[in-house]
Amino acid sequence: MLASLLIVFREVLEAGLIVGVVLAATEGVVERGRFIAGGIACGVAGAAILALFAGAVSSAFSGNGQEIFTASILIVATMMLGWHNLWMASHGRQIATQMKAMGREVVDGQRSLLAMAVVVAIAVLREGAEVVLFLYGIAASTKSGPAALLFGGLLGVLAGAAVSWVLYRGLVAIPLKRLFAVTGALVALLAAGMAGQAAATLAGADLIPAWGWQIWNTSWLLPEDTLVGRALHALAGYSDRPMGVQLAAYVATLATLLIAGRLMQAAPARRANTH
Amino acid sequence: MRCSKTLCGVCLALLALPALAHGEAPIQLTLKDHRIVPDHFSVPAGVRFHLQVTNQDDTVDEFESYDLKVEKIVVAGGTVTVAAGPLHPGTYKVFDDYHPDTATAFVTAVP
Repeated sequence: MLASLLIVFREVLEAGLIVGVVLAATEGVVERGRFIAGGIACGVAGAAILALFAGAVSSAFSGNGQEIFTASILIVATMMLGWHNLWMASHGRQIATQMKAMGREVVDGQRSLLAMAVVVAIAVLREGAEVVLFLYGIAASTKSGPAALLFGGLLGVLAGAAVSWVLYRGLVAIPLKRLFAVTGALVALLAAGMAGQAAATLAGADLIPAWGWQIWNTSWLLPEDTLVGRALHALAGYSDRPMGVQLAAYVATLATLLIAGRLMQAAPARRANTH
Repeated sequence: MRCSKTLCGVCLALLALPALAHGEAPIQLTLKDHRIVPDHFSVPAGVRFHLQVTNQDDTVDEFESYDLKVEKIVVAGGTVTVAAGPLHPGTYKVFDDYHPDTATAFVTAVP
């Protein structure tokens, strides 16, 4: 039971951390609960469907189907996170001061929420498919005690969700004035990490050049297979042995979001000063 | 029409290139009774290589290695091929993430 709890927990944790950050980043936006819950539901449904077609996905694109699918959804998630961050850069201050979007802002806000719902759905889909396949394997095996293993798996899901909730509550304890600066940085790191993972996945399947297979090795300091390593991997794209193309995608995404965010933030501020 | 077909052909040829560039035959691994057979094998250090993993169990497995940067679902009765390396000399671990207690193997990269 403990083994299945740990396996499921590790998968749910990665999606849960992303959901925690998204919840904090959308704090105060009207109707975000509905969008995030919808994203999770779509992710779970998608995971079940994906698990059903795991064999077909795997053998697609001459055996590279899994890699191409993973990289594609990661790139979509990166773009959605980027869009949200740029939207927040221009609207975050109003939301922070009013704690609710009004009038036209609601429409804009919901578009950004839709982007974040897609991110949540993708995070849940990706890790959820692995959980579904694992639990299905347990349920299908006739050997001893599938009930206990399934129970362990269920506890793993709950534990992962609990971590997600704790992260969210911890983040929103940050004073509102600082909250969106912090979540903005977290979302930028999340996006950079996903872009890096997408590049690494494609390079790992020899679909794009790697530009160096191992730029450095910090596995002696923080191995990626520890809980902390995995959490940092999910939150900030930590890799103990990064490829060159992975670093390039990471830095390019992070730089783009930080610079564009700064520019968009500066523009309305200047306008406000001239009034 | 013919132009686009030619273009497709060129694209496909380009996609196929990396696979053909590493001429070595893949190393065969089998997942059976939630164990990896063989549980120890060697590869030359410093070159890219391929592992062909066949799952002979009736459950889905996830062939994984942090050291080799590999993570791939293998459905029951299915076979996948993964590329890995180049590795520095040393011994590295591969495993089935769904049965990590029993299904582990070690690969030694020899200089």
